Amino acid sequence: MARTPGPDQPVDGGGEERPAWDNKLQYLLSCVGFAVGLGNLWRFPYLCQTYGGGAFLIPYIIALAFEGIPLFHIELAVGQRLRRGSIGVWTAISPYLGGMGLGCCTVSFLVSLYYNTVLTWVLWYLLNSFQHPLPWSACPLDLNRTGLVQECRDSSPVSYFWYRRTLNVSADIGDSGPVQWRLLVCLAVSWAVVYLCVIRGIETTGKAIYFTALFPYLVLTVFLVRGLTLPGAMQGLTYLFTPDLRVLQNPRVWLDAATQIFFSLSLALGGHIAFASYNPPRNNCRRDAVSIALVNSMTSLYASIAVFSVLGFKAASDHGRCLDRNILHLINAFDLPEQSVSRDTYTAALARLNASQPAEVAGLPLEACRLEDFLDKSASGTGLAFIVFTEAVLHMPGAPVWAVLFFGMLFSLGLSSMFGNMESIITPLLDLGVMPRRVPKEVLTGLACLLCFFTATCFTLRSGSYWLEIFDQYAAALNLILLAFFEVVGVAYVYGMKRFCDDIAWMTGRRPGFYWRATWKVVSPLLLLTIFLAYVALLASSPPHYKAWNPRYERFPLRQEKPYPGWVLAACVLLSFLPTLWVPVVALGQLLARCRQKTRDPPQDRCPKPRGGRAC
Amino acid sequence: MTQPDPVGSSIPIRVRKKTRAYVILTVMLPCSHRATTMRPNDNNVTREHTGRSKAKELTAIRADLCRPDAENAFKVRLSIRTALGDKAYAWDANEEYLFKAMVAFSMRKVPNRETTEISHVLLCNVTQRVSFWFVVTDPSRNHTLPAVEVQSAIRMNRNRINNAFFLNDQTLEFLRIPSTLAPPTDPSVPIWIIIFGVIFCIVLVATMLLIISGIRQHRRKNKGPSEMEDSEDKCENVITIENGIPCDPLDMKGGHINDAFVTEDERLTPL
Repeated sequence: MARTPGPDQPVDGGGEERPAWDNKLQYLLSCVGFAVGLGNLWRFPYLCQTYGGGAFLIPYIIALAFEGIPLFHIELAVGQRLRRGSIGVWTAISPYLGGMGLGCCTVSFLVSLYYNTVLTWVLWYLLNSFQHPLPWSACPLDLNRTGLVQECRDSSPVSYFWYRRTLNVSADIGDSGPVQWRLLVCLAVSWAVVYLCVIRGIETTGKAIYFTALFPYLVLTVFLVRGLTLPGAMQGLTYLFTPDLRVLQNPRVWLDAATQIFFSLSLALGGHIAFASYNPPRNNCRRDAVSIALVNSMTSLYASIAVFSVLGFKAASDHGRCLDRNILHLINAFDLPEQSVSRDTYTAALARLNASQPAEVAGLPLEACRLEDFLDKSASGTGLAFIVFTEAVLHMPGAPVWAVLFFGMLFSLGLSSMFGNMESIITPLLDLGVMPRRVPKEVLTGLACLLCFFTATCFTLRSGSYWLEIFDQYAAALNLILLAFFEVVGVAYVYGMKRFCDDIAWMTGRRPGFYWRATWKVVSPLLLLTIFLAYVALLASSPPHYKAWNPRYERFPLRQEKPYPGWVLAACVLLSFLPTLWVPVVALGQLLARCRQKTRDPPQDRCPKPRGGRAC
Repeated sequence: MTQPDPVGSSIPIRVRKKTRAYVILTVMLPCSHRATTMRPNDNNVTREHTGRSKAKELTAIRADLCRPDAENAFKVRLSIRTALGDKAYAWDANEEYLFKAMVAFSMRKVPNRETTEISHVLLCNVTQRVSFWFVVTDPSRNHTLPAVEVQSAIRMNRNRINNAFFLNDQTLEFLRIPSTLAPPTDPSVPIWIIIFGVIFCIVLVATMLLIISGIRQHRRKNKGPSEMEDSEDKCENVITIENGIPCDPLDMKGGHINDAFVTEDERLTPL
């Protein structure tokens, strides 16, 4: 292939002209939108805070340099060169590796199922944000209107709204309960919006991406400006970024940094391959890879500054309210004049009263109010978005506006990632030609979205959120790491490093240097293998359990830790390995087909090629 | 700010009983002569003297009835500065009078208690917090009214009591009297359904438009090649030149594979 000058006319399997991006900006924005997702907002700041603030950036940057960027470059280069979706690309590299494309497609399908369910939850919150006061600001009254609902009183209005009014979660994963119609209609709208945007492939996503990729940056800037002007923001930021270099000795930090950069760039899903396949063949994919990866990391940092300034405000206001409650107890118990004890003089007043009347002071229900305790209350994932941040928004002046902006931003972040997920499913199917040519593309995308919608209704059951955690942990993580490992090995060793470097030289005008070749051949595969083994060891070290929301638990509102029942464990194992099983299955199938071919036909130097281009 | 009278606690019981009987008599007299006005000048000095000592005994008895944690007594706590900030008023004897008036007003609304007077409401233990205890006595001023009656009376008129002081249920607290919670103000149609309807309609309309425009494009493309096919049939019979290329080698019906393009075989890794 290196001998021929390369294809001048873009042709795909159907013979029609392959769709192309309107301009380079659409392509870049699509890749950035796919890479920048909800994880940048709610996973990276949590990791930064848990693992010693600024010190976490060291393993993060190392992982970015030795794992993230090289893998990303491979995906873009391979997609751009071979101009196919993931199935076609790997089949073209070697028919034995065709299973990888199927594996990528399956993992993309599973990921899009639960990712869009998260968007459903975001949409539900967005719909409920258009009112004042916000519905999660106060507990509802109970049935005979003598008090507040028990469950809400014991936990908090925000938690109650999330677990009861949104999810209506059951206390056990085995207790599925009925489909929640509110979530079902939001799911329908969610998938309808996705369908509307991917209906004609990149022709429509290319237009939609202008909004969905840029709107989050606008909102993040607004939140940053607002957050920095709130009291307590600087405490939150200093707490976040104060480096603690001792954490680098903990191997868990390196594992989390590596997995974070891996999932943050959305590698091994096949989406970037699909996007790059619509590029003109001579395009500098190396520069694209480096710039998109850097934009993704910068976005993570930017988002964490915005998020933590708001969380610092929340911690400061919670701390202030804690002090106010203690002051009220003191004033009521000792009948002191109102406002005689302020937040600053509280400790002095308490000491004075404790010296004079210790018995009475001991009888008061005073809480220990330390700002660090409130700053430590970090959360990641849905806990951050739907519980912690919604509570922070309640105390900002003009709360509905901020709630609408926040959930609108989350929705468009998730939507741009969904485009990549859907493209990684639809492009390979289009290239395979599963539908007859006269059936328009809209039908294929419609059928794909409909199938995903019906399958995703299982997440709208009462136990749906528990299943979503399972999908997130088991379906995506292990499979993607394995598939990425096979990707690197497939390109570096099966395709051939020399041939690949020649292809890149043809596309970009420059051969890849020593850094690229070293990482592709040695560093990245080793890193990926290490990560995979460490991840498996981590999962196997503790028996899998989940945290259930059980109002009848004696330590409610703490969540009850329960082990998974046997059939759920079986499902976890299936999810972990089924998508990757495509690789050996297809390889074996090809081997058997070839053996049968060899025994049937006499051995020849070169078989005559049928018109369809199928090699022997 | 009135201070509790310590005198009542030092009077021996026997004396108290006597004075109580005495008090009843003296109280009954003005009631029977309601038409005539009670002019202090009518009383001679001895009567005034007994009146003053009777007043002391009255306050002594009232102090007995109203004390912290007494039977049928309620503690009230006001947070005026929290509620009104700069516009906070000072709590003085006049405000207490208003409070007594509001409580008496509430009691008068209860059947059988229409004769409650302001003087029947006793306040004690007023602190700087602005908290105090109160009881409501019956007309005989012997004993206090049952807590249940007082509680229900206050609950019925809580709103008016709050408004008299520009406070609300949280800043004017009656401990042990729970306030009736406001009924939820649910709109007839939940707001989220309205927004949902709007978004759904927009998405549906946009999807329909895209599908229809796609169908139109498809029809236009189908019409185009069919016209091309007519000219190809002519090509089959007559070797015409289209754009300098003879029609035959193009072989439109045999598929769109361009033999000049790189073949599949060379792309594959040799096995």
